[in-house]
Amino acid sequence: MKMNRRRFLLGTTVIGGGLLLGYAVTRPTRQTLANRDHAEAGQTFLTTWLRIDPDNQVTVVVPHSEMGQGVLTSLPMMAADEMDADWNQVRVEQAPATDLFANGVLIKGFAMSMGLTVPAFLDRTVDFATLKAAEIMNMQITGGSSSVRFTGEMGMRAAGAAAREMLIDAAAAQWQVAASECDARNSFVHHDASGRSASFGELASAAAALEPPRNPTLKTPDRFTLMGTPVPRIDIPAKVDGSAMFGIDARPEGMLYAAVTTAPVFGGRLVRVDNTDAVMQRRGIQRVIELEDAVAVVADNYWRAAEALKQLQPVFTGTEFDDSNSSDIFAQFDAALDNAERHEDVHAGDAEEAFGNAAEIIDARYRVPYLAHAAMEPMNCTVHFHDGRCDVWTGTQDNLGIRGRVASVADLDENSVTVHPFYLGGGFGRRLPQSTNTIDQATRIASHFDVPVQTLWSREEDTRQDYYRPAVSSRFRAALDSDGQLVAWENVYVGKNEPVEAAHLAYQVVNQRIDYVESPTHVPFGAWRSVAHSQHSFFLESFTDELAWHANQDPLQYRLSLLAGKPRHQRVLQEAAARAGWTTPPPQGRARGIALQESFGSIVAEVAEVSLTEEGEVRVNKVVCAIDCGRVVNPDTAASQVESGIIYGLTAAMYGQISIENGRVKESNFHDYEMLRMAQSPEIEVILLESDDAPVGGLGEPATPPISAAVTNALYALTGQRVRELPLKNYRFLPPPTESSGNV
Amino acid sequence: MIELTINGNTRQLDIEPEMPLLWALRNELGLTGTKFGCGIAACGACTVHVDGQPVRSCVTPVSAVQNGQITTIEGLAQNAAGSAARTAVQQAWIEHQVPQCGYCQSGMIMAVSALLAANPNPDDATIERSVSNVCRCGTYPRISKAIRGVIADHAAQPDTTRGDTV
Ligand code: FES
Ligand code: FES
Repeated sequence: MKMNRRRFLLGTTVIGGGLLLGYAVTRPTRQTLANRDHAEAGQTFLTTWLRIDPDNQVTVVVPHSEMGQGVLTSLPMMAADEMDADWNQVRVEQAPATDLFANGVLIKGFAMSMGLTVPAFLDRTVDFATLKAAEIMNMQITGGSSSVRFTGEMGMRAAGAAAREMLIDAAAAQWQVAASECDARNSFVHHDASGRSASFGELASAAAALEPPRNPTLKTPDRFTLMGTPVPRIDIPAKVDGSAMFGIDARPEGMLYAAVTTAPVFGGRLVRVDNTDAVMQRRGIQRVIELEDAVAVVADNYWRAAEALKQLQPVFTGTEFDDSNSSDIFAQFDAALDNAERHEDVHAGDAEEAFGNAAEIIDARYRVPYLAHAAMEPMNCTVHFHDGRCDVWTGTQDNLGIRGRVASVADLDENSVTVHPFYLGGGFGRRLPQSTNTIDQATRIASHFDVPVQTLWSREEDTRQDYYRPAVSSRFRAALDSDGQLVAWENVYVGKNEPVEAAHLAYQVVNQRIDYVESPTHVPFGAWRSVAHSQHSFFLESFTDELAWHANQDPLQYRLSLLAGKPRHQRVLQEAAARAGWTTPPPQGRARGIALQESFGSIVAEVAEVSLTEEGEVRVNKVVCAIDCGRVVNPDTAASQVESGIIYGLTAAMYGQISIENGRVKESNFHDYEMLRMAQSPEIEVILLESDDAPVGGLGEPATPPISAAVTNALYALTGQRVRELPLKNYRFLPPPTESSGNV
Repeated sequence: MIELTINGNTRQLDIEPEMPLLWALRNELGLTGTKFGCGIAACGACTVHVDGQPVRSCVTPVSAVQNGQITTIEGLAQNAAGSAARTAVQQAWIEHQVPQCGYCQSGMIMAVSALLAANPNPDDATIERSVSNVCRCGTYPRISKAIRGVIADHAAQPDTTRGDTV
């Protein structure tokens, strides 16, 4: 194999290594293909991710989608830093959706961190059973807070470092000096002893003839020039003047628009459509298309299509869920918690005996409702069938997954489908191919035309046809000994989802019994920012707070006492508390609450300071968040991700509720599925902490989980009322009987 | 025929008078900077200016704005005093690194620009009332800082063409 590879390498002007350079699998053909398909004359791919042009421009090809998390900036920063490239001469390109740019590092990272089990949000995209290279390759996912952690740390940095070494070797060979006497700075290689220098561009083709190092030396953090600095995001200028293009902005020549109504009860089927003739008389209407579970109107203008759709009278089948309501679903969950077969999640020590001997047992039940994603850009996908091929324009968290999805619906070979990536108007898990059926509908609708058709969902359709954050009920019991010490923890909850550790306890409790029960419903569910942490963090951190108050202890000190041997957890709690002034009394009429959660490799503590409006509604005044994410690549985008995660979680805590009524979703648009706005947005302070020897943690999601418990714990401190069910909009709180007594 | 004046250009469109301005902009004129978010005036993504006033174009029929000067995000800078490449608000958005996904930001910038043009020194309550747009990425803390930045700059360097009131 090595011989083949060398022979192959020597037989071209470039060599292999490519995408997975520096850590595992290499496919030598990859780089050759990359050069053929994606490099114009005179350009050379050093690795699949980096291209250096003769004019000294470095292009970094990013295999992830930009949905506001700054990935088009942070990943190139990592490559450019290792490479010692001049940031002003670095350009970024979104990888095209082809196998060539499939993101092997991402899958590898997940596989490694999760003991070779694949997260549920990936499993409909790839058959992971055997972890074969061919399958690993088939991914371009953006999710799981993974871009910087996996692609960046394992791919971009290695690629940049390898490129640097090769450029230096090329220069040293040219100048006939030792490579160790040469140095790279600002996109030039220098030989300071002789005063010679050459640009990366001048050296690129010579460097490309060298074999990439198997294990390029990465910089130590003290030598970083870009990593750790607040480099401005490259996508922002286009996002202030309307020029940034989202999927909904695709305007291929001759495009038509489709508006769709899908069966309101999940699982319903279209029986027939009445009033089609009248609708066809309307201006601009091209066609009414009946799908298995939906009806679409195609017109030359979206508004015309949407107005016509209102006049259509589709008839859908009844389903066995037509009488199902949220209250039935929660009753079903409660029954399951009490009676269904329990499956082991974590069993430690002897919980049964500890409960048997307990001096006191505390129990509580918690629940949270379904949630929609409500990405700002309504779901859409534009498809054009032509010449036995298919072009797709859309913003997606997984370009290759979309390609596969369209190919299978269209019954085409994947290579006959071209996906044109766009910015995402919000992802949050919604724009994973398995969390929407817009793609399937758009493909089926467009297959009736030889011009492009943009299928665009109304906000109502987006809200009612989501793959929801699951509703969950969870029951707790805690055993206390005669000193009031926590000796056993029992938890049983409905439905085990990703990530597997979501219900696990950060605190040290010797005797634990954590189980789950199955209680499926007809409501489709999918990944929602921070996945199962969003529910379990609320439960765990609320019940822990109950125990602290029951023990008459300060909620911070109580947590710290259960975290011996976990200095990173202790530190985030202490830092957040200190900055929030935990030991000083809050302003009159306010109280503070604290919560802790580790997720996606980052550890987060949040302190919320809350008060009540005159009407008894909750007002969150301030949130302090301390996050230890190992190492920070871009402190400014990191802080913005944390702010964003808090507001996303706070919106859910305050307003988030998808209700099932007669089998269908009751809420429809922002008037009844409310969003936090500027008037309700708290002051947010973010403390970024680093841990030298810890792996880089995620940032896109970890700030979301703890905020709901931080707020409800603060409400308890303020009012003495324990919130065990969200959202808070369903409550009116009475102001505290006496003036606020601080945290304890 | 409907006659619309958008970013200084007058266009004749053969469209229904009741068509919302949003869809005339996006589908008939290819001005895609103005975004569709809800269609019911509940999010502000579609905000444009009509004679300097912020208007939610998803519920504004074209017939109602035939005689107005319509400004979209694409024309905001060109209409600004001195026709800079970017307005002070847009510049502040970059300086404070406001946008995340960016989808709501056209509407945000239009709402904020209209507010500050009318009132260069609004108090917090006025800002919160006037900028009720939804940002699902939660960029509010930065929007707030950016607005305060523009207000402070304006106070330091009053824009004479606008008639300073501070
Ligand atoms: S799209 Fe007009 S206000 Fe939401
Ligand atoms: S930046 Fe994404 S919705 Fe505001």
